Amino acid sequence: MSLVARYLEENKIPTVVVGSARDIVEECGVPRFLFTDFPLGNPCGKPWDKTMQRSIMDMALELLQFARQPRTTVQAPFIWSEDEAWRKVFMHVSEERREEYIKAGEARRAEQARVKGKLKKKDGDLTS
Amino acid sequence: MRTAMITRRPYGSFLSYIDLSREYYAAHGYPKPYKWISHQNVPFIKLKKPLPECRVALLTTTDLKKLPGESAQERHLSRKVYAQPVDDAPEHFYTQDLQWDQESTHTDDNNSFMPLNRLSECAADGKIGSASPRFYGVMTDYSQGKASKESAPQVLEFCREDGVDALILPAL
Repeated sequence: MSLVARYLEENKIPTVVVGSARDIVEECGVPRFLFTDFPLGNPCGKPWDKTMQRSIMDMALELLQFARQPRTTVQAPFIWSEDEAWRKVFMHVSEERREEYIKAGEARRAEQARVKGKLKKKDGDLTS
Repeated sequence: MRTAMITRRPYGSFLSYIDLSREYYAAHGYPKPYKWISHQNVPFIKLKKPLPECRVALLTTTDLKKLPGESAQERHLSRKVYAQPVDDAPEHFYTQDLQWDQESTHTDDNNSFMPLNRLSECAADGKIGSASPRFYGVMTDYSQGKASKESAPQVLEFCREDGVDALILPAL
């Protein structure tokens, strides 16, 4: 996503990224970034909260209009919840589940290999 | 008047997904950590005209749908960049197989990650000139070469076809 923003900007279309993975976006480096400190999934505001969503949209548009230099990050003034338990859920590795992760990783790699083989065969059939 | 909440922490408030994903994939048996791209220089261009005269578009990382019987991997590897008329936006974008926090939240409301309605309201209010008649979609790809050489030029072409002046990119 950040690479697309950079490419468009290089080709004279101004962009603003709206997202919640701040380190990934800033590490890549984008012209304008509106950061929402929420769990991944709702960067444009909480579900069904139209007022918050509109406020975030307005902030993104203001960034488009008023940012003066690249790497301009603005943080939306909203919190997900007073309880911050959500910060310790997604992608957290639990010691008790180590074996489960290894098995899931093996299954994922096997499925990737199967699908890649299938697509390669399909390409071969088309070109032969 | 409500007093502003002050929290003190021995760590940074926002999560580092670079660190989290490195540990997560290492635990899943991936020996080499993914190398996130890092640029020194960042391009920048100002809007060519006032916002109330601009046409603005949205780009999502979510999918329109998954075909029956298609596995997550099959879908991921066969996904293409797309442009879709706003009037034909899906009732629910397909997000299930993407990386987001499915334990803490949900994606039942499109506008929480793809705010087509909010953008259309901005056009109706005159805050922007118009919303693009089409929105665009790219896959979140582990291949940085593919993102730069295939997806980005295709999105640029869509933007030019639609006369887009600025693009908003909500990353799920």
